Amino acid sequence: MRILAWLQRKKILGRIISIVAVLVFILYLLWAHDLLRVELFEYTTRALTENWKALLLSTSLLATPLTLAAVGECINERAGLFNIGLEGIFFLSVVIGVRGAEIIGSGVAGLLVGLLTGALIGFIFSVLAVYLRANQLVLGMGINIFAMGMLAYLLAAIWAFPGIHSVRPEFHISKMLGYFTPIFFVAVIAAILAHIIIHRTLFGIRIRAAGEKPEAVDVAGVRVDRIRILACTVGAALAGLGGAFFALGWFGEIVKEMAVGMGFIALAVVVVAGLEPLLALAIAFVFGFVRALADWVATMPGINVVLPGAFYIMNMVPFLVTLLVVTIFIGRRKFPRALGKPYVRE
Amino acid sequence: MPRLFDAIREYLGTLKRSLAESLFALLIGLLIGAGLMLAFGYDPIMGYISMLKGFGIFTIEGFLAVLAIIALGLLLAAFIGAYWAKIPQALARLWRKKISGRSISLVAIVVFILFLISRMLEFLDNVELMEMLAYSVPLMLTAITFAVGMRAGIFNIGAEGQVYMGAVAAAWIGGHFALPTGLHLLAATAFAMLIGAAWALLPAILKIRAGVHEVISTIMLNWVAFFHVPYLIINRFAGVHAERTATILPTARYPILGASLTAVIFVALAACVVVYILLWRTRAGYELRLVGDNPDAARYAGINIRRAILISFIIGGMAAGLAGASQVIGRPLLGWTLPATLGTVFGLGFSGIGIAVIGRNHPIGGIFAALLFAGMLNGAKFMEYDWGISSELVVAIQGVIIIALAIPALLAMSRRGVRRLKIRRGPR
Repeated sequence: MRILAWLQRKKILGRIISIVAVLVFILYLLWAHDLLRVELFEYTTRALTENWKALLLSTSLLATPLTLAAVGECINERAGLFNIGLEGIFFLSVVIGVRGAEIIGSGVAGLLVGLLTGALIGFIFSVLAVYLRANQLVLGMGINIFAMGMLAYLLAAIWAFPGIHSVRPEFHISKMLGYFTPIFFVAVIAAILAHIIIHRTLFGIRIRAAGEKPEAVDVAGVRVDRIRILACTVGAALAGLGGAFFALGWFGEIVKEMAVGMGFIALAVVVVAGLEPLLALAIAFVFGFVRALADWVATMPGINVVLPGAFYIMNMVPFLVTLLVVTIFIGRRKFPRALGKPYVRE
Repeated sequence: MPRLFDAIREYLGTLKRSLAESLFALLIGLLIGAGLMLAFGYDPIMGYISMLKGFGIFTIEGFLAVLAIIALGLLLAAFIGAYWAKIPQALARLWRKKISGRSISLVAIVVFILFLISRMLEFLDNVELMEMLAYSVPLMLTAITFAVGMRAGIFNIGAEGQVYMGAVAAAWIGGHFALPTGLHLLAATAFAMLIGAAWALLPAILKIRAGVHEVISTIMLNWVAFFHVPYLIINRFAGVHAERTATILPTARYPILGASLTAVIFVALAACVVVYILLWRTRAGYELRLVGDNPDAARYAGINIRRAILISFIIGGMAAGLAGASQVIGRPLLGWTLPATLGTVFGLGFSGIGIAVIGRNHPIGGIFAALLFAGMLNGAKFMEYDWGISSELVVAIQGVIIIALAIPALLAMSRRGVRRLKIRRGPR
């Protein structure tokens, strides 16, 4: 009893209950998917040893948009803006990026158009959130829903063919450097730069302060609104680049269901990484790998017969890991104090 | 009777303030939609006229019927709002055969209004009107999920996953068990609500016990459900068609009123009214709203905040589960089955957010907002038939409306803008 009281006082009891609840939930899922078996590990190791080249390739492709969006989200969450509209930015920049590539006549230009699309969305988001004090969560969901409709509408309105559009091969950036696309290196550089800017520069201190204690930034004579808008625009621009990459650097076509869920996986990456860009890079790679493994499982008929639930469980892994990490590390992993709150000068 | 009028006046009073804001946002959404149509060479006016067909009001009697149903619905809601405490009492008296004029009249009026609405629907046989009503059922329910969360200060966007779970739960009970007629329907509905609430329980526990932000946990659970339910459909509950659940047995189907509208709409409306009563006429509901309005005041008043949050999650989960069930056992979609692609339930939870926002987080307001969105969704197909405008434009318009309503001072801002214009134009 004394131990129980001590646990309660230290607020550990609640966390233990929560962790147990998440673990029970994961166990339920494993049980429901009939996966509490040894074969899972056998197949995973087989995939790793025999198929590592193909897996690495698809992992690097999957990790690219995830890293870009996650690094961008790290920046704007540091500044205190919580943008859950990443999926929407993916959707919109993929269409507008491809359209830009076709009009300008170059794949790289298409990527830049995607980047600008993201930047524009981020700018609008931050202006609404900073000056008009809009609820950032509702705003983010609004962007997601708007983009979900716009993707299908634009596909039909621009190319007059519903559901799918193929990018002409000359715009497709299919050149690979080893197992990586060039854009993956852009993502890596973005992550490193973001890390340096956030942790090593004066501007980084201001960004962090704008998220942590905007009053202090204001008193120091620095404009909180401008910092937040800049951070959000840059962050969303990176996500926009990731969105354009889907069609121009990876699939070579636009499909309605292409990026479904990816924006939310990117959000999961950010949460697990605790707003550290370099950590986000690593975790995006891990989550990308799990997704790649899931896709590999889906194409192997033998595994699908023995372990029909493997594909589904592997797709869930990013989300389950996030749940677990959030539950274990909450409190220890600090989010900016003013995250999601508009700053009003008193 | 004066109490009834007071209640109606109270409704209209609260409505008036929020109605202006919602209508303004709707206007912005429609204008941007029109701009999008113009930008790609469609005619927005003709497009919107086609969309109006989806409301089923293109015939005179259809129009009158819509007005009458709205009036009757308002009357019913106000009536129940005014006399809610007396109705169970009256029922109990009737049960004990203590017949008094008052109790009979109370119960009789409620039954009569319900009867009128259902008769009118059958009599009119207006297909589009019924389609619109059928569309609105899951939307008004998922709106409850978000609205109740917001009332308790919780940003519960977990309706999407809870809808999937509710749908598959209803499909399981409805397709794989043989039960007597009334019981089967009841069991399937109740089980769907139970599973919906169970899916909402984990974010609730994490929020209450560890302080995990509900946005993160509910988003993650939505996607877990997105991959969990197709597995269940294909590997556990598949019927003749390998990628769909078994056909719902006739004993578990809600009776069809016309087109794809079934009696489940009465369950949905009742759910909205019950949630309204819970939130505004009971102590637990008062506490819940106080927690949302002012958590500090709630804490000083000795209110159990954890319990209030838990209640909000559970109400939301039950409503979302019911919404999922309404798409499986309450609507003849794909021959009473649930597909593994989740096509018939996908996006309902997200739409619910928009509807709750337009309905100003009020379950009764949500009914009207749901009807509006349902009419737009139903009308979108006419835009596509008549003019080739992708029906998904309506989803984009929804998004714009949500974005507009995320801005708190929307109406005040527009007013100020107008005033400023006037001043500038005036003599100096």
